[in-house]
Amino acid sequence: MIKTGAQIVMECLIEQGVDTVFGYPGGTVIDLYDALYEYSDRLDHVISAHEQGAAHAADGYARSTGKPGVVFATSGPGATNLVTGLATAYMDSVPVVAITGNVNINNLGTDAFQEIDIYGVTFPITKYSFIVKDQKDIADTIRRAFYIAQEGRPGPVLVDILKNAQAGKTEFEPKVPREIMPKNNRLKVDDIEEATSMINESKKPVIFAGGGVIASNASEALVRFADRIGAPVSLSMMGLGGCPADYPYFTGMLGMHGTKVSSNAVTNCDLLIVAGARMSERVTGNAKTFATHAKILHIDVDPAEINKVIPSTKSVTGDLKTVLGILEKKVEQKTDETWRNQILEWKKEYPPVAENIGEIPPYRLIKAVEKRMDEDTVIVTDVGQHQIWTAQYYSIKKPRTFISSGGLGTMGFGMGAAIGAQKGNPGKKVVLFTGDGSFQMNCNEFVTAVMQKMNILVVVVNNGVLGMVRQWQKLMYNRHYSQTTLERKIDYVKFAEAFGGRGFNVNTMEELETALDEAMQTEGPVILNANIDMDVNVLPMVPPGNKYNQQIFKIEV
Amino acid sequence: MEKRYIYSLFVENKPGVLSRISGLLTRRGFNIESISAAETEKAGISLLMVEFFADEAMAEQIKKQLDKQVDVYEIKELRAPEAVTREHIMVKVKAEPDERMSLISVAGIFRANVIDVSPHSMIVELTGEASKLKAFIEALKAYGIIQVARTGAIGMIRQGEPHLEKEY
Repeated sequence: MIKTGAQIVMECLIEQGVDTVFGYPGGTVIDLYDALYEYSDRLDHVISAHEQGAAHAADGYARSTGKPGVVFATSGPGATNLVTGLATAYMDSVPVVAITGNVNINNLGTDAFQEIDIYGVTFPITKYSFIVKDQKDIADTIRRAFYIAQEGRPGPVLVDILKNAQAGKTEFEPKVPREIMPKNNRLKVDDIEEATSMINESKKPVIFAGGGVIASNASEALVRFADRIGAPVSLSMMGLGGCPADYPYFTGMLGMHGTKVSSNAVTNCDLLIVAGARMSERVTGNAKTFATHAKILHIDVDPAEINKVIPSTKSVTGDLKTVLGILEKKVEQKTDETWRNQILEWKKEYPPVAENIGEIPPYRLIKAVEKRMDEDTVIVTDVGQHQIWTAQYYSIKKPRTFISSGGLGTMGFGMGAAIGAQKGNPGKKVVLFTGDGSFQMNCNEFVTAVMQKMNILVVVVNNGVLGMVRQWQKLMYNRHYSQTTLERKIDYVKFAEAFGGRGFNVNTMEELETALDEAMQTEGPVILNANIDMDVNVLPMVPPGNKYNQQIFKIEV
Repeated sequence: MEKRYIYSLFVENKPGVLSRISGLLTRRGFNIESISAAETEKAGISLLMVEFFADEAMAEQIKKQLDKQVDVYEIKELRAPEAVTREHIMVKVKAEPDERMSLISVAGIFRANVIDVSPHSMIVELTGEASKLKAFIEALKAYGIIQVARTGAIGMIRQGEPHLEKEY
């Protein structure tokens, strides 16, 4: 059948199982939006306040559902506004497909109005990018884009479509999407054999798992494998939810703000199994001194992650769920409980560090929210102290229920991501923990949540400062609080109401409890501003450059 | 210890590929010595050569990063004796009329060709391995080198065929 390029885009999205698009219209995507108008019975669209918010929403949608998130934006500023969102998705390997419009082919390369080479701009921050100049190429390009975004190690893909290609007509033939199979083309029998004997020889194994557990839906396989080999499980922040926080042998995070138990486990282990984690310096500390006493078995779907930061003794390249499943069957069942009992003792000895400072200590704030939620609640964070406190204290029990910008550390990620998560999970409660700094970066997006009538609870953990930077200034920069004391006197109740939502402002635990009860009964989005002390720290902490187990537990004020 | 590496990459022949590959190398802090690209006898496929100095771990990382690019069909390291490599250079050398014969005989020793003679200079060209080119340039220094143009290294593995199956 003959269709316009824009109609073909819609057909291909539907073919891929897409039902929701986030975006913002503009000059070079009018054709796309005209087609969307026609397909509105099958494609839902969420208009954001800013394209960055739409990009984060597509990201939050993808992280919380496992399906690719789709975002539309116009050329020029619309496209460049996606950049931070795409970079965020790229660093955390999230499947997002961004479709942008661009100027007519006659104007291409002439610095025409709102013309930007977004194809080139996004080279370093996408898994791949395309520019489509002819309508005949649209269908196959969109299909490839979806395949690349989801296959192997996922990532964002950008498709820039010229205006003439959107408007032009061509023949369209529907096609069944190529199935996304676990990527095991480099999985070798020898590697599995060697890994098996390493595990069998080990008396004190530890598993450190990252975002790969979530991406490959390997959380159940991970726990079964851990039980089989008698290992405790530590997670990176990206891995949270990959092992239930209430699993008895879960030791919490490892690294800069990891637990004493995790660092003890890695310090004393004889085998560290790195599963779907890219060993960022936030995890390893000084990489040269990381776990040098232990053998390291690295399992990852991306061969480039093996030996990138930490030299591994052996490695297996393949889909994590597949590999863990194979290994679980091949390795011997561990019966000696000595090592695991040691872990339990450490867990008793070293409970989570939580500074009890101010009227509303962050630990108690997070727990007060947690006790009102169920384990399906999707927890979204922004970036900063509140993010790490949430990661440390909130018991995340299921995969895809903790959404946070790990690699890029994008302040302003949260509001958009929460909207995306809610759109993808209409039946679930979504809570955004944010900071006053982060929230103010993209608080405009609150209006999108209002318009969508989303019951998102936004908890502003408000210390009046850029707390994480302040903490570093306190520790390493002679308490020179250069430009980190905001103390903006924003009335969040009025702010929420002005946007059409509801707001609460609390200064004590008692006020917090009451406000939370009321917020839970409120229809539509709620901002709950909780004023906390400006000098609560994120602890423990491995100061940058330190060895991973040289943690500090207190920062003198 | 750093040594010289040459990687040969079969890539999809389309705009932006060279830019994407060189951008990747720069971004990850790898220093490129030379890079060259040209189409092959196979439709839609270009052959790209990247030359750089690196230690073994870094070279391995470069290879993996390049290998996972969507546009890359196959990447191979070119190293003797399995592979032969060549580079082509042109050198413009100061040569007054009375120095020409001497310069021509030096060129002869290296089996280089004289391709231009101007009133005060000559251009000689030579194809060979990096070590031979280096020795040639050294020998020409005595006359005064005005300009050197090099193609960068190219090469191929002696036996076998490239494996060009598309992953994406």
